[in-house]
Amino acid sequence: MRRIRNRIPGKVKKTLLITFLGFATSLLAARASDLQVFAAASLTDVMNEVAAAYAATDSIKLQFNFAGSNALARQIQEGAPADVFISADEAKMDVLQKAGLLLDETRYKLLSNTLVIVVENSSALVLNSAKSLEQPAIKRIALADTKGVPAGVYAKKYLEKTGVWESVKARVVPTENVRAALAVVESGDADAGIVYKTDAAISKAVKIAYEIPAEAGPNISYPVAIVKASANTEAAQKFLTFLKSEPALAIFKKSGFLIHK
Amino acid sequence: MAAADWEIVGFTFGMAALATLLIFPFGVLLAWLLARKAWRGKSLVETLVALPLVMPPVATGLILLKLMGRKGPLGSFFHEWLNLDLVFTWRAVAVAMAVMSFPLLVRGSRIAFEAINPRLEQVAATLGASPARIFLTITLPLAFRGIIAGSVLAFARALGEFGATILVAGNIPGKTTTLSVSIYSHIQIGHDTEAFRLLLVSVILAFGAVWFSERLFKKGHPLG
Repeated sequence: MRRIRNRIPGKVKKTLLITFLGFATSLLAARASDLQVFAAASLTDVMNEVAAAYAATDSIKLQFNFAGSNALARQIQEGAPADVFISADEAKMDVLQKAGLLLDETRYKLLSNTLVIVVENSSALVLNSAKSLEQPAIKRIALADTKGVPAGVYAKKYLEKTGVWESVKARVVPTENVRAALAVVESGDADAGIVYKTDAAISKAVKIAYEIPAEAGPNISYPVAIVKASANTEAAQKFLTFLKSEPALAIFKKSGFLIHK
Repeated sequence: MAAADWEIVGFTFGMAALATLLIFPFGVLLAWLLARKAWRGKSLVETLVALPLVMPPVATGLILLKLMGRKGPLGSFFHEWLNLDLVFTWRAVAVAMAVMSFPLLVRGSRIAFEAINPRLEQVAATLGASPARIFLTITLPLAFRGIIAGSVLAFARALGEFGATILVAGNIPGKTTTLSVSIYSHIQIGHDTEAFRLLLVSVILAFGAVWFSERLFKKGHPLG
């Protein structure tokens, strides 16, 4: 193979390098002063509202990273610059705590939620129990990945508890996070899906076919904690205190979240 | 490697082969048209064909998802008339791979056609050979090596397809999970050992494909 000769003159290279370095440092500088909040995908809308309320009380800007909690926990394990982590289940938080990545005494249970079975708006399906997911008209059920994403793990637990998991598992379409499961039902590519009640509430394209009673469903808990590697623990502490305050709790309640007592 | 891993490798290999076979006739024909003929709208087609190579794979995937979803123009046709679903099935895997690797096949084949001295074809014509005969007995054999090299590259690209696949086919174990999607989901749930095993397989496959393709390209054309 012929070797590709280097045809970029030295001067141009130097300019390019300086531009790149300048760009990179400005990016880093912008990040350092903001508070990096890694939050479960199901919190996307409500946290943006909370951030707007928080902006009135503090000059520090919140920067969010929304994804499935498993992906976020994974990123934090690999050293992602998170200050605060809000998981959609205790298991992902446990992983980080065991690895010594959380700041001691900062973890607490913030919210709870319930699960619902959703169908697309125009769907004629009637569902009144987990058992009704077995009807042949339901060819595909969208769930967040049951192997790791909290919403999927919760949904699987519920389906196992009600004894229908074995008969419906072949129809499951696993997704990246709970919002992706919602999107698949919205587009009509899955006949039904199990998501949080709060997700169903923000979508205009789906309707709740069956609300899973809180006592029948798994115990859903959203813990929050400060990441040990954070260089912003003071600001993070302030934000955590704000999350517990009345104005923040009011926003969570309005969006359909349950408050941990 | 576990049986499930082999199943994933086999599935990915099969789907990539199917995708390459699907695009082969169209890709070679288009490459020849681009290399040898002047026609209206050629530069537009040229650009469109190259798009999947440079567009974010996820963006290409989104277009495919909208086309092939149950509510999309293609998807609704299949769903209503044939009672077949496209998205989240192996069909979507094959289509995503085909679209993403098409540009590589066309590029490789086009270079091969362009490298042939047109005089050889002209001589055949003066001796009375029909255009079809010229194509089959002169052009195609001379370009064959390059076409195969392009196909192998396209196949290798299909093997590693991720961005479009995850959108249109998802990650359904035993149904649509490919090698790269499986590596990703193993990493997501913290199964690093399993991910590394599949990583090793994909390195070996990619190495083999590129090596083979490079060798074919390098040997060149005896009559070029």
